Amino acid sequence: MRDVAIIGVKNTKYGELWNRSLRQLVVEAGIGAIEDAGVSGKDIDALYVGNMSGGRFIEQEHIGALIADYSGLSKNLHVPATRVEAACASGGLALRQGIMNVASGYGDIVVAAGAEKMTDICSSEASSALAAAADREWEGMAGATFPGLYAMIATLHMHKYGTTSEQLAEVAVKNHRNGAHNPIAQYKNQITVEQVLNSVMVADPLHIFDCSPITDGASALVLVPAEEAHKYTDTPIYIRATAQASDTIALHDRRDITTLDATVVAGKRAYEMAKMGPEDIDLVEVHDCFTIAELCAIEDLGFAEKGKGGIVTAEGETAIGGRIPVNTSGGLKACGHPVGATGIKQAVEIVTQLRGEAGGRQVDGAECGMTHNVGGSGATAAVHILSRDR
Amino acid sequence: MSVPRFWRSLGSRYNLEGTHCTECGEYYYPPRDTCVNCRRLGKIESYKFKGTGEIITYTIIHTAAEGFEEQTPYALAIIKLDEGPSLTAQIVGNPKEVYIGMRVKPVFRKLGEDGERGMIYYGTKFVPAEA
Repeated sequence: MRDVAIIGVKNTKYGELWNRSLRQLVVEAGIGAIEDAGVSGKDIDALYVGNMSGGRFIEQEHIGALIADYSGLSKNLHVPATRVEAACASGGLALRQGIMNVASGYGDIVVAAGAEKMTDICSSEASSALAAAADREWEGMAGATFPGLYAMIATLHMHKYGTTSEQLAEVAVKNHRNGAHNPIAQYKNQITVEQVLNSVMVADPLHIFDCSPITDGASALVLVPAEEAHKYTDTPIYIRATAQASDTIALHDRRDITTLDATVVAGKRAYEMAKMGPEDIDLVEVHDCFTIAELCAIEDLGFAEKGKGGIVTAEGETAIGGRIPVNTSGGLKACGHPVGATGIKQAVEIVTQLRGEAGGRQVDGAECGMTHNVGGSGATAAVHILSRDR
Repeated sequence: MSVPRFWRSLGSRYNLEGTHCTECGEYYYPPRDTCVNCRRLGKIESYKFKGTGEIITYTIIHTAAEGFEEQTPYALAIIKLDEGPSLTAQIVGNPKEVYIGMRVKPVFRKLGEDGERGMIYYGTKFVPAEA
């Protein structure tokens, strides 16, 4: 197996982009990434794109072919293009497929992208499409919504560990503070704990400000073998680990409702592959689709003791300048969550940070970062470790 | 939800019929044809659950899924049946009276509907089990 490096990255603006189509967004991200990498379209050996639900959101399937075509990679070059789907973890799995392609020797220059166009349908239809990431027959048919599933995690987390609504709100406040420094973020406004607690209740105990938004956006990056990386850039970022794990599709079948075992196992596999531990990670992008999800993530990845995620967050340990900065991009909450793109965006953020190009949200001296992308209520998790050192 | 998909699981929905692996003793609701522990070596038979169980966590849904808009606010819970497996279901009654550890029993109720003129789905919800 060959080591793999990232040599180019690009995010589009994230937000309600009513005047942009899926294909426009992903082409902007893809061309931006290959320009950043300094490679040519004719050199690309393969393209992977994470996309959760083109069929439901824009009534378009066959997203791989569409994107290759409108990127100019089909008619003359016939570059193989593959769509990857694992609900909200589609992007993380597209990244992993790209890494495995290069690592195996099949391809030398591979693009991994993610894209979702979510605002062409009304929000109740979008919620219904997202709920398809859970067990439609045995959760959805009972009246479960996605916020409802995470709310049940939150209720039990509060009951078992004493986590409070204020601590959950602190996650949203921090992520908005970070997002304010991210030019692509959907929300750049700062919010307060009181605003979160006074916002509309969606699924008790989760308020609307505990939830990530519906977003349009695309992200892309370029992968090459590590030994070639310095031909293209002075600051390649190396993939030190790629890991993935699955768990039961329904929340009710989990070993422990407040632990995402897929996260625990993917994290453990990633730490083993990189020969690292949580103490070696300088910053992490976790899957904060809801505030409670960030608390579970930092606990399950070993950045906080189980049950202490809320306390650690309220004490500022996960803020920029804290012990382990979490979601410097603004996370899913403030940067936005175009579901299929998120896993790629997380890697783009870590690359930007490790290059020292993150501006007002820069983590000083960042050498090593992690991404954590979840599908559904935790049936899929993908964890990657990226580093300046090979 | 499509009619055939719903129809296939009517027995399970109305009667809490699940499955049981006689090889390892594990009970499954919703039903599974393949045992998680024994996989293809398991011996699966159908099993009708008593239906009694305990709420292990819950939420009160204020923004409903499509087809459930008329019912808000409603309590949704994960219930651990006495035989072992857990399921997701609504709790009938005042959502504010639901708590972790509450004993519940099943009732036959309307679950949801496909719009005003569409199919109505029936199935199992739960109510407090106190005497």
